[in-house]
Amino acid sequence: MKTILEDLDLQELLRPDKAAFCDEREQLTFSQIAELTRRIGTALLKAGAEREPVAVLLPRSAKTLAALLGVMRAGCAYVPLDAEMGALRLGSVFSQVRPRFLICNTDTEPAAREAGFTGTALQIEKLERQTPDETLLRTAYAHILDTDPAYIVFTSGSTGAPKGVIGKHSAMLDYAAQLKKVLRVSAADVFGMQAPLYVDACLKELLSTLRCGASLWIVPKLLFSAPVPLVRFLNEHKITTVCWVVPALTLISALHTFEEIVPTTLKTVAFGSEVFPIRQLNLWMQHVPARYINLYGPTECTGMSCWYEVDRVFTQGESIPIGQPFDNTEILLLDENDRLSNEGEICIRGVALCHGYWNDPERTQKAFCQNPLRPEYPERIYRTGDRGKWNARGELEFFGRIDNQIKHMGHRIELGELEAAALKIDGVSAACAVFDAERKRLALAYTGECAKNDLTAALRSSVPDFMLPSRTVQLDRMPLTENGKTDRRRVHAICFGA
Amino acid sequence: METLLEILSELHPDVDFTKEERLVERGILGSFDIVMLVTRIEEAFDVVIPARLITPETFRSADALYAVIESLGEDD
Repeated sequence: MKTILEDLDLQELLRPDKAAFCDEREQLTFSQIAELTRRIGTALLKAGAEREPVAVLLPRSAKTLAALLGVMRAGCAYVPLDAEMGALRLGSVFSQVRPRFLICNTDTEPAAREAGFTGTALQIEKLERQTPDETLLRTAYAHILDTDPAYIVFTSGSTGAPKGVIGKHSAMLDYAAQLKKVLRVSAADVFGMQAPLYVDACLKELLSTLRCGASLWIVPKLLFSAPVPLVRFLNEHKITTVCWVVPALTLISALHTFEEIVPTTLKTVAFGSEVFPIRQLNLWMQHVPARYINLYGPTECTGMSCWYEVDRVFTQGESIPIGQPFDNTEILLLDENDRLSNEGEICIRGVALCHGYWNDPERTQKAFCQNPLRPEYPERIYRTGDRGKWNARGELEFFGRIDNQIKHMGHRIELGELEAAALKIDGVSAACAVFDAERKRLALAYTGECAKNDLTAALRSSVPDFMLPSRTVQLDRMPLTENGKTDRRRVHAICFGA
Repeated sequence: METLLEILSELHPDVDFTKEERLVERGILGSFDIVMLVTRIEEAFDVVIPARLITPETFRSADALYAVIESLGEDD
C-alpha cells in the first residue's frame, strides 16, 4: 500500500453507502468521498498540477476533508489553511510555499489574495463538477512513492516565521495502523472531531475513519462554548470516540454539566497536548465509563507518538504519564552529552518522522538530526525539545520544555512568533511574550508609541486567535539581563505580578 | 455590573466589555475562559449557573451575561 487513498478505495467497495464524513450541512458516503477525490484530482491534473504543494483554504467541513484527499489523488501534497489562522500566518505560508494552485470558494478567495496568493484559484464548486479521467489519475498515482510528501502543515516557529512540517504517505499509513490498535477502532465507531483541519490533530479521526470504515462528525466550533448542547450533540450522533484538547473536556466537567446530561455513547476519551487537571479527569471517570487515554506527540512525527491508558486513580499533585511509544516508534531520552539516560530530552525514532521543514534546511537539520547512538550509518531522530523521564513503573513522564515554546489551548506556540508579529506593527520597538502556566495566560510586554488598543487590533488581524495575549503591557524600557538579553523573568513579574 | 466588568477585564484587560457584542463568535472567549468566568462569577455572586445556561448566547456580551446572573439571583 502506498497511500491512505487505497484505504478509501477499499471502503468504497466494502461500505459504499455508509456516511463517513459528516457535518451539520451534509453527510458524505465513502463512495461520494472517493468520487469527489477523483473529480478534484482530475481537475488539478488538468490544470497542470504536478507533484507539488496545493493549498486548500475552505471552511471546516466534510467536503473540505474530501478536498484534502483529492489533492493526494493528483499526486500532490495538500497545505491545509483556514481564515482563522490570521493574515500574517497565511501570508507567511504563501510566501514560503509559493503554491501555484489554491482550492477555495468565492468566500475564501479574497482572504488568500489579501495574504499574497498570486497563483491559480480553483473554485471547489467547479472542481466538484469535473468528470473524472481514470487514465490520468492512474498515471499520476503510478508516480507516487510512499516516501513522497502527503501534506505540509504549519506550526509556530521561534524566529517568527511558522514552519511547514512535511508529512509523508508511509508515516500516515503507519499512524493509521497504530491508531487502530491504541484507540481500538472498528467500523462501529463514530468520532466527534474537535480539531481544526489546518493542524495535524485532525489526522486521528481522518485516518482512523478511512482505515477502519468508521465515521466522523465535525463538531461545530461554537459548541465548545456550550457544554449541554455539546453533550447533546455527542449523544444524538452516537459518538463513541473523542480525541480532544483538554479545555474542551474541562468545559463539560467543570461546569456542572454532568448534573444535567451525561454522554451515553462514549467508549474512548483520548486527550492530549496539555495536562488534564486530576480533579476534572476524576469527574469524567466517575460519570462516564470509558477508556481514558493520554496522548503525546509532536507534529514533526505525524501526530501522536506515545499513549497511556489511565489504569489507576490519580490524586491531586500526581502527573498522568504519557506512557509508552506507539508500536514501530522508539523514544530515546538523551542527556546534554547525547547519552541515553533515564531523564533527558525526548527524541523520537521511526517511520513516523516527517521529512523536515519546507524550504528550511537550517531548522530541519537542527531538529531532525543524526542518531548519536548509531554513528555507523545514517539514521535521523527528531529532537522534540521536551523533557521526559522514565518513572519507576517504566512509564514515560513529560516535564515541560527546554526552550520558549508553550502549549496553550491545545496549540503549540513559540513565544518568538508572537514577538515577531508584534514587532511588525508600526510603533512597536521591542516586544517580549510571557506565559503564566498556572493561570494559562499569555501576556505581551512592549515598548514604543503604539497605543495598546491599536496593538491589540493589529495583532487580531495578524495572528491566530489562540495566540492573542490576554494582557498587553506598555513599558518605557524593556528590562534587560546583565548580558543585554530581554529579562523574561522580570517581564513575567511585571505582567503577572511576582 | 461593576463586579462582573472587573472579573471580565481581569481575564482580558484589553477588551472593552461595555461595547463588545459578539464575545464568543469573535473568538474572544474560548472554552478555557468560560470555565474560568463561570467559576469566578459563582464565587463573586454566590450563584450557581446551571450548565444549560452556558451558551454562546449567554456570553455574547457583558450585558447579556449580567442579565442571566440577575435572573438567577431572583429565583432564590
